[in-house]
Amino acid sequence: MNYKAVVIGASMGGLEALRVILSSIPNNFAAPIIIVQHISPQSDNYMIEYFNHKCSLIVKEAEEKEQICPGIVYIAPPNYHLLIEKDGTMSLTVEPRVNYSRPSIDVLFETAADAYREGLVGVILTGANSDGSNGLKKIKDRGGLAIVQDPITAVSDNMPKAAIKNTNVDFVLNLQKISCKLIEIFQE
Amino acid sequence: MNDEINNQINNEDIEIRLLLDAIFLKYGYDFRGYSDAHMKRRILRRMGTQGIKSITDMQYRVLYDKEFFDSLLTDFSVNVTEMFRDPHFYKAFRTEVVPILKTYPFIKIWHAGCSTGEEVYSMAILLKEEGLYDRTQIYATDFNEIVLQKAKEGIYSIDAIKEYTYNYQKAGGKASFSDYYRAKYDSVILDHNLKEKIIFAGHNLVTDGVFGEMNVIFCRNVLIYFNRDLQSRVIKLFLDSLVNGCFLCLGSKESVKFTSSALYFETFIEEEKIYRRKFNVIL
Repeated sequence: MNYKAVVIGASMGGLEALRVILSSIPNNFAAPIIIVQHISPQSDNYMIEYFNHKCSLIVKEAEEKEQICPGIVYIAPPNYHLLIEKDGTMSLTVEPRVNYSRPSIDVLFETAADAYREGLVGVILTGANSDGSNGLKKIKDRGGLAIVQDPITAVSDNMPKAAIKNTNVDFVLNLQKISCKLIEIFQE
Repeated sequence: MNDEINNQINNEDIEIRLLLDAIFLKYGYDFRGYSDAHMKRRILRRMGTQGIKSITDMQYRVLYDKEFFDSLLTDFSVNVTEMFRDPHFYKAFRTEVVPILKTYPFIKIWHAGCSTGEEVYSMAILLKEEGLYDRTQIYATDFNEIVLQKAKEGIYSIDAIKEYTYNYQKAGGKASFSDYYRAKYDSVILDHNLKEKIIFAGHNLVTDGVFGEMNVIFCRNVLIYFNRDLQSRVIKLFLDSLVNGCFLCLGSKESVKFTSSALYFETFIEEEKIYRRKFNVIL
């Protein structure tokens, strides 16, 4: 199967979970990684700087109408929804919160599912609400792959559990194994 | 299975295009240049809440049920906004742009896509506090008559007052936010003095043209809903509507960078997306 992109959603405990995953991704990773981490609207870009230090890929804030490139990690800015367009660019909106969240994981996953279809890998990590479970289901419906962090290993198991309940997940793994799986999937 | 799914997605995209064509042909509103992913979400959400089975069904209703179209139009155009949104923007405007405006004998300001008016009244308050209000004429436009009416009224829910007060203070407010409104039941009514110099009018950024020469244009978090081509067209419209050396204020994630008019603007305050039309550009 020829996968083209990874989308990841995380909430409470996500900073550390993402650090574990991103720090294991090699710098020849062949796909873009697009992330929604729930974050307060007033946050500055500390998270981007932090991940840049830990990750061998370039980590940047997703920009309005930016073309998505492989091997780059894009992170949704605070207080905006991040959408993926079919032409491979990203859009931001200021729509009402979805699942009390903005950026919302569902919004990213659902639009990414339309854009990448069966070429998409969706990953749900630790979190306290169920944002992302509808999105992950749509990814599966469109023929993509669904990976969820093993709830036992999560700081908050609500989000992984909700995702597992809502759809036929392909892999339930701890963080290290998620990294390995992603590397395996995108090996050239 | 994959072919079936791809077929479904392709059909949906075709139906959306036909729906937007129908709206344009019938009513003259042009949503064809909006962000595809965003329009799709809004359309599917509308279908969900109204139990409409397909996008084609929606197209039928749009053509034959004017009331349905009117409420859909409102759906397509309501944008989330708040008073003194991004307080640091207003703060920067106060400290960097206002001193320059003070040197003009008369100031014309355009809020393009003013929605329900929160930004317009926020600026009105700021201008009053800086002693500029009396020599300013403000134009607040939107293509949707319903939100324009709401903007004219200046009545907002009391739920948001705490947040607005916080924003106002962070934006460098010189008085007390409560000086500018009175509470009534579960609403707040903004001071009618704020409305004196404001003209509310219908204007469609996609289809309409220049209507005057401005010293400041605000268009914040509107362009994000447009695709690149449409963004370029609208920035050109703003360029043609700006006096040399005068200001264009965009939303915090927006930019003139990738538009065809980029060279005609200089960046005045990078972080707040405040641009200035260059003086006498010779290319």
